[in-house]
Amino acid sequence: MSGLDLLFLAVGLLTAASAVLAVTSRVVLHAALWLVVALGGLAGCYLVLGAELVALVQLLIYVGGVVVLVLFALMLTRHGNAPVQASAGHRVLAGVVAAGLTVLLGVTLTAVVGWTRVPVTGPDSTDIGTAIFGTWVWPFELLSLLLLLALVAAVAVARGAGSVEDVGAATEEEP
Amino acid sequence: MDLAFALEIVLKTAAVMAAFLSLPLLVGQTEHKVMAHMQGRLGPMEAGFHGIGQLVADGIKFVQKEDITPAGADRHVFRLAPAVALVPYLVALAVIPLSASWVAADVPASLLFVLAVTSVGVIGTLMAGWGSGNKYSLIGGLRAGAQLVSYELPIVLAAASVAMAAGTLSLTGIVGAWSPWWLLWQLPGAFVFLTAAVAELQRTPFDAPIADAEIVFGPLTEYSGLRFAFFLLSEYAGIVVMSLLFAVLYLGGWGGPWSDTLGPVWTLLKGLAVAVLIIWLRVAWPRVREDQLQRFAWTVLLPLALGQLALTGAGVVIWG
Repeated sequence: MSGLDLLFLAVGLLTAASAVLAVTSRVVLHAALWLVVALGGLAGCYLVLGAELVALVQLLIYVGGVVVLVLFALMLTRHGNAPVQASAGHRVLAGVVAAGLTVLLGVTLTAVVGWTRVPVTGPDSTDIGTAIFGTWVWPFELLSLLLLLALVAAVAVARGAGSVEDVGAATEEEP
Repeated sequence: MDLAFALEIVLKTAAVMAAFLSLPLLVGQTEHKVMAHMQGRLGPMEAGFHGIGQLVADGIKFVQKEDITPAGADRHVFRLAPAVALVPYLVALAVIPLSASWVAADVPASLLFVLAVTSVGVIGTLMAGWGSGNKYSLIGGLRAGAQLVSYELPIVLAAASVAMAAGTLSLTGIVGAWSPWWLLWQLPGAFVFLTAAVAELQRTPFDAPIADAEIVFGPLTEYSGLRFAFFLLSEYAGIVVMSLLFAVLYLGGWGGPWSDTLGPVWTLLKGLAVAVLIIWLRVAWPRVREDQLQRFAWTVLLPLALGQLALTGAGVVIWG
């Protein structure tokens, strides 16, 4: 077992442990903070496996963006340390979904790769850039169009049905 | 791992640590004095020659103060928050080059690395805002969250424009590709980057999250002693990181007369000039309101950054 294997094991264990804590934590904000550790740990896994670009983007998008939005939403809606009460049915259902997904992913991976060791030689950021903006440029552009559509739709939803409360800026340009 | 390599790592770590502990103090002392003289007063004068030891005295004061955790606070989150705010800047400082050879860890995509790591620091502010169990802290945390999400996009776009112009994500590579007329070509991007950096650091005029006249001190209201000092240190370390990054991206880093030997000095001087500019902004402008702040990010900075991206793209295609 090389030093890199050991490092991967440590980071993987950290990720798994914080992921478990994220779903078992009773205080929803603690769950979000454990999610930060889990996502950061996942970035560490990518880094150990040599996919540094994926690791950095993971950190930038998920830890710096998505989780910040989650925390922001929690601060807006939740009060204090009120614990979450999930019913037994919910817990069982969540456990079944998680176990099913794990089995599915595990079976797919072993079916594709088998039990042999595979050397970790990922492409570097130059290769990824060339692939995205060369071979896959059309899907990439379609994605940006999709995002633009979502943005326009969000604006339409936000100012479409003028409710009684928002008599501010929205009403000025209403037809 | 042989001994020389291990020794090199230890020495580099020590050097980064020394820079991390001394440069923020230098910026802090500069802030004391620059602000004082801009406002026609003297600033701290008692501790040492012209008050040069003021920040050391402050540090000793902070160590002696009682470390209070409020009864209503979320204990662990509250106590961990200053570390989460501080450590990302230490990590970021390790990859910022002072010259082509003066860099602690020369990772390939160092620009992306700095941006990714510094974006984690927000979590510390949010943890402080929520963990304090105080409504002023909560409001401050909310403001910080909204502000940092809004300004993350312009800063990344502006940095992407520089990376595109240089054709690399490596900071040393960017300085290698830099030429003086980038000062004009990348000017809108530089403006966006500096403004968004000041907003990310939550400094005046974008200090609505800690607006002391409205919400006491925002997320930092309940902090005292060393933990409060760590938050202040993270603010000044943030100025150091952002100033050096600006110098490296837009001002040619270690380029200058005798850059072979004086390279690191040039980088530090340019960084210090940017830091003084950031301090100057604090003296010159009042705080902007929360809605003005958001509107500025989305209607001025974002279109400017996108325009700069298009301009850079055109430039690269035509001259590249």
